[in-house]
Amino acid sequence: MNNSYAGPSSASADASATRRNSKRPKYSKFTQQELPACKPILTPQWVISVFTLIGLIFVPIGVASLFASNNVVEIVDRYDTECIPKNMTDNKIAYIQNQAINKTCIRKVRVPKDMDQPIYVYYQLDNFYQNHRRYVKSRNDAQLRDEKKANETSGCDPEKTAANGSPIVPCGLIAWSLFNDTYTFTRGNQSLTVNKTNISWKSDRDHKFGSNVFPKNFQNGTLVGGGSLDLNKSLSEQEDLIVWMRTAALPTFRKLYGKIEVDLKKNDIITVVLKNNYNTYSFSGKKKLVLSTTSWLGGKNDFLGIGYLTVGGLCFFLAAAFTVVYFVKPRKLGDTSYLSWNRTGTGR
Amino acid sequence: MFGCLRRRWSRRRSGSLDRQKASGAGYSRVVHCNDPEIQEDDRPLYPLNAVSTTKYTIANFLPKSLFEQFRRVANLFFLVVACVSFSPLAPYRAVSILLPLVVVVGATMAKEAVEDWRRKKQDIEVNNRKVMVYDGSHAFYQTEWKRLRVGDIVKVEKDQFFPADLVLLSSSHDDGICYVETMNLDGETNLKTKQCLQVTTMLCSDHSFQKFKALIKCEDPNENLYSFVGTMYHEGTQYPLSPQQILLRDSKLRNTQHIYGLVIFTGHDTKVMQNAMDPPSKRSKIEKRMDKIIYILFTSLVLLSSTGSIFFGIQTKQDISDGKFKRWYLRPDKSSVLFDPKGASLAAFCHFLTGLMLFGCFIPISLYISIEIVKVLQSTFINNDQEMYCEESDKPAQARTSNLNEELGQVNTILSDKTGTLTCNLMQFVKCSIAGVAFGSGLTAVEPGLGGLKQYCTFEIEDLPHSPAVSRKTVKGFEIEDPSHSPAVSRKTVKGFNLRDDRLMDGHWVNEPNSDFIQKFFRTLAICHTVVPVIGNKSSEIYYEAESPDEAAFVVAARELGFEFYERTQTSISLHEFDPKIGRDVDRSYTLLNMLHFSSARKRMSVIVRDEEEQLLLFCKGADSAIFENLADDGRLFELETKRHIDEYSEAGLRTLAVAYRKLSEEEYKTWHAEFLMASNAVTADRDEMLDAAAEKIEKDFILLGATAVEDKLQKGVPECINKLAQAGIKIWVLTGDKLETAVKIGFACDLLRKGMRQIVVTLDTPDMNALEKQGRREAFEKASYESIARQLNEAHSQVTVSKEISIPFALIIDGKSLGFALSRNLENLFLDLAIRCASVICCRTSPKQKAMVTRLVKCGTRKTTLAIGDGANDVGMLQEADIGVGISGVEGMQAVMSSDFAIAQFRFLERLLLVHGHWCYRRIAAMFPLLHQDGVQNVFFSWTRIIRWMLNGICSSIIIYFLSTSSILIQAFRHDGKPAGLAELGVTMYTCVICTVNLQMALYLSYFTWIQHLFIWGSILFWFIFLVIYGFFPPAISTTAYLVFIETCFQNPFYWLTALFTVISALLPYFVYSTLQANIFPKYHDIVKRMPSTSSP
Repeated sequence: MNNSYAGPSSASADASATRRNSKRPKYSKFTQQELPACKPILTPQWVISVFTLIGLIFVPIGVASLFASNNVVEIVDRYDTECIPKNMTDNKIAYIQNQAINKTCIRKVRVPKDMDQPIYVYYQLDNFYQNHRRYVKSRNDAQLRDEKKANETSGCDPEKTAANGSPIVPCGLIAWSLFNDTYTFTRGNQSLTVNKTNISWKSDRDHKFGSNVFPKNFQNGTLVGGGSLDLNKSLSEQEDLIVWMRTAALPTFRKLYGKIEVDLKKNDIITVVLKNNYNTYSFSGKKKLVLSTTSWLGGKNDFLGIGYLTVGGLCFFLAAAFTVVYFVKPRKLGDTSYLSWNRTGTGR
Repeated sequence: MFGCLRRRWSRRRSGSLDRQKASGAGYSRVVHCNDPEIQEDDRPLYPLNAVSTTKYTIANFLPKSLFEQFRRVANLFFLVVACVSFSPLAPYRAVSILLPLVVVVGATMAKEAVEDWRRKKQDIEVNNRKVMVYDGSHAFYQTEWKRLRVGDIVKVEKDQFFPADLVLLSSSHDDGICYVETMNLDGETNLKTKQCLQVTTMLCSDHSFQKFKALIKCEDPNENLYSFVGTMYHEGTQYPLSPQQILLRDSKLRNTQHIYGLVIFTGHDTKVMQNAMDPPSKRSKIEKRMDKIIYILFTSLVLLSSTGSIFFGIQTKQDISDGKFKRWYLRPDKSSVLFDPKGASLAAFCHFLTGLMLFGCFIPISLYISIEIVKVLQSTFINNDQEMYCEESDKPAQARTSNLNEELGQVNTILSDKTGTLTCNLMQFVKCSIAGVAFGSGLTAVEPGLGGLKQYCTFEIEDLPHSPAVSRKTVKGFEIEDPSHSPAVSRKTVKGFNLRDDRLMDGHWVNEPNSDFIQKFFRTLAICHTVVPVIGNKSSEIYYEAESPDEAAFVVAARELGFEFYERTQTSISLHEFDPKIGRDVDRSYTLLNMLHFSSARKRMSVIVRDEEEQLLLFCKGADSAIFENLADDGRLFELETKRHIDEYSEAGLRTLAVAYRKLSEEEYKTWHAEFLMASNAVTADRDEMLDAAAEKIEKDFILLGATAVEDKLQKGVPECINKLAQAGIKIWVLTGDKLETAVKIGFACDLLRKGMRQIVVTLDTPDMNALEKQGRREAFEKASYESIARQLNEAHSQVTVSKEISIPFALIIDGKSLGFALSRNLENLFLDLAIRCASVICCRTSPKQKAMVTRLVKCGTRKTTLAIGDGANDVGMLQEADIGVGISGVEGMQAVMSSDFAIAQFRFLERLLLVHGHWCYRRIAAMFPLLHQDGVQNVFFSWTRIIRWMLNGICSSIIIYFLSTSSILIQAFRHDGKPAGLAELGVTMYTCVICTVNLQMALYLSYFTWIQHLFIWGSILFWFIFLVIYGFFPPAISTTAYLVFIETCFQNPFYWLTALFTVISALLPYFVYSTLQANIFPKYHDIVKRMPSTSSP
């Protein structure tokens, strides 16, 4: 110890010297790991109350969601198979690629329940990979936003430039494959106007698609993809394009087509005149027309409600099970007799 | 097993285990001193004295440190990924992978560079120190250390460091003695005496070297600090050189004006530099396992990516069939390589690379650096723990390496030294037996029969009035005298001395019947030692610099009884002695002829002196066995009584030594001396053995004088600490050099042995064996011993296995001799198996080598983490052998600390170090994967099942998150205004779920919340939302798909919140249910303890 070489000095002087140069660690709550702490313990009471609480919250939410979903009236009509002339069912691709054939098709749907306006009109595609890496990257946001940047077509391959080398606006595969089936609705003799404004997100219209950017060289190539655009309308007004270019996450998706702002009554027959232009036959995708109302929770989907009810119910069950176990076979809190060294007495 | 072997070879410091290695080295070094006939060219080429301890040079820093960095698997992987990420393959921008890599690698490299720069600066400073060198003709001139060469003569002044390893030629003291402080070498602060050869003592001035010419042949450079073999050829005569003449670089000249020395080893050849290799890097088990985990993750990454790319390839291939496009919207006819249906296999391969990058976050790049940071923090916590700070010695705990922090939490077996570790190593001379009469009546701390027995040294000085009740004096350090007390009072407070017997005190011993024996007894104590007296500068008091506290206690005891040792020269020892005939103190000087130093083989030391009556005397003190074996027939007068007393003393937990002497005849001495000289002149590796053999020839026919008993008190808190460690399921083995009885008593005193434990004693100390040994037939004895040990071990083993059901704890006690047989190849496993089944194991009479061997046996045999704790040089082997070495920075110098991984001031801090810090460190490191102490011992937190369980939990949670959120959001309108969710909305929802789940999962796992945990858990979740909002406000050119996504689409949307709530709770539920089930129905130890109402903070 340091005393042994400190040489002769009085004990008190020695002690004060060590005090002055003490190596004693400085005190702080952090270094001493003495920060005030709470230590939650999974006691049976605690566990039971947690499960009960979850159950109490989840079951009402589940009921409410299910109720909301049930209030939504939804009409789904698959038309890709029905709208093919009987003689061409074996050769759908030839049918859809043949420009000469008139693609008009008439569908009649019955309203199963009263539908309050607004009634949202969707098209639903299936097996269409808008999330494919090549597809999702094939666009140029700068070009869409700013007319001066029309030449920025990087990433748009192979729909980059027209044959003469001037840039395509909007370039890229997404815009090129724009969905182009159209629907018109009549109820009896009354035609139902489809309102196609405000079907896209406002931020897209205002900030991502320029109001002074107009289509150029669009769908002028040898291979025409999807729909064409109105050359006299700026991109920010072409809401179908904006909706289409907000890519979907999964291969089955719906996109908003428009809104019918008239109430529909139960058993009304709606006649839909549609143009079956869009080729989903190549990749065996279904096409569906959807008319739907919404609730506070959006469209019709029972999953969330059922999920909430299931988890809530499960939690109630677990709470009950724990309670039973707790009463049938109570175990003292911190019962040290369960510790192995108390059980065997040897310290293992 | 391989690790064990490698460790054995990587041991670097001295220790008896290294003997063999030293003998492997040659003895080829030739040093010419002052020999003008030898031309410069003929001199053997030895390196200059400049040293470099740096790891890198400026030229090789970049490549070498980069190489070091990318030897880590994870770093290499990320480097490759970063390179690939510049290609169009990358699913994200290159910077997002490159930046973390550069930060991680750069930070580590910067740390290396700074450390190396510090070393460099230190090297420059050292190399440019000045020293006086003889110029070969007449004078000394000053030069830098780095210019020194082998064969130079240097002059070193007081308080200077020696620039190289020197042979001491002469010193300013007439007798050629000098004092050396070796703090930098072994941390020991006591002064050591060095002594030059008689022939060179006259070289005491600068001019005397003109005619001096010498040649030295000696061993090659090695790292053994305490051995040296060499011969000096001077004027046709050979002179043996021993460590006594060697001054080592980095030690300091003290109490001596100057010395002259001859340089024999320079630069990296010096012993200190040979020692200065990197300590054997002990890698923690977690770190090793971490590498394996990385491999597993990498495998799953490859699997995942390849599965994905196979499907991708198939899909891509089908995009064009018979000239028809399938997914026409991808324009498969004009595709790039990455998606080309015509080259689908190449595209699939590229996709595989992309997948590797995309899922690269599987392998946490920051893992190593996070672990590093955590470890540094943990070391800081250990170093700064006030509860491990020792007030008395002003020493905080010290984590000398941060590698093994979490290993502390997994210790399975502790191998502990006794003296200085369990006890204070502050010796008090309490009893003695002289000529068959026992003196001294003081109670001792470890008196048998008392249940409590727990009396510790407290270190404070008690200034209580002298009374029998307080006769147990407390001690402090080794200053012998406390000047604050007047001489009259001082006797009561003399440290190291607590013999209370009026028959001896104040000169009363003269009246005792065997007073001549008493006189010889204390004379032996005053003469037979290696203590150096130092006259204090303030008073005339004498302080003793002793190598061991026992010796100091003996010298002090002798002084207290009137035999005051006051001067030592190379040739004499002087005492103030009370002469009963004259009735007053006289100064008496004894001519010192030979000193037979203590060796662990002989277990005794002797001194041969010629007294003033020209009588040749040999004084000897040593282990009782070593003395009793060699008694003369007429010296056995008190053998029985002394033996009985020794047994009593050791039963009382005292350390005993026997004291004996013999008279020598001149002829006998002469013949023996010639033999002894020859042995000490030998320049071979087995010189020590030869010296021992020579010593044994004269250490015989002793006349027994008596025995001493020295008390070594238990350290504060030892029994409690041992008890708690035992509760934590840690086994404690005590390896001690003490006698069996002493060890057993200490075992009881410190709670290692308890009532109700069945003791198994394995010993060779039986009458049959002793008889056999006396017959002297070595082979027969060894064979019988082996058989006896084998039989005893087998019996014990069956006894333990049979009574396992009734769960009686067993204690195994084995002595050193038996241990020697038990550690032999054939019995090793039986012994280990037996020992493992016993709750406590005590090995007594063990040598340092046996300590290391036992440690290795436990480590390799059980494959569990072992911790060795000790304080002395004899524990070094054990400390380095164990997975973790803990040094006690106590009284016996710093050697143990220097070779340890952790240093603490007292044994009781071990409890906190292991059970608190070790456990926390372990849990914290183990919890670093996204994926109570007994748990630590069983390696629960980091076991493979646990890792797999966490991985499964992770997979389960991610499956739940994915399917629940996609099924909820699906295709329908996502909001009241009819808009369905796109890629961005689903992404935000899902990622919200992930962030919340991960953080809440952590909150569920944590058992302990301070503001730090609260801040980071809730802060992380909050930060995600803040980030979403702020990033969303960035112009769309920067934020792209995230533009306003939260504010516009999610924030006021009940569906978003309900989906998130539902998904997060569902993802957490499996873990929550599992842990509640496990905690309440199948509890783990830490769960129970956590619930114990009285538990204060762990």
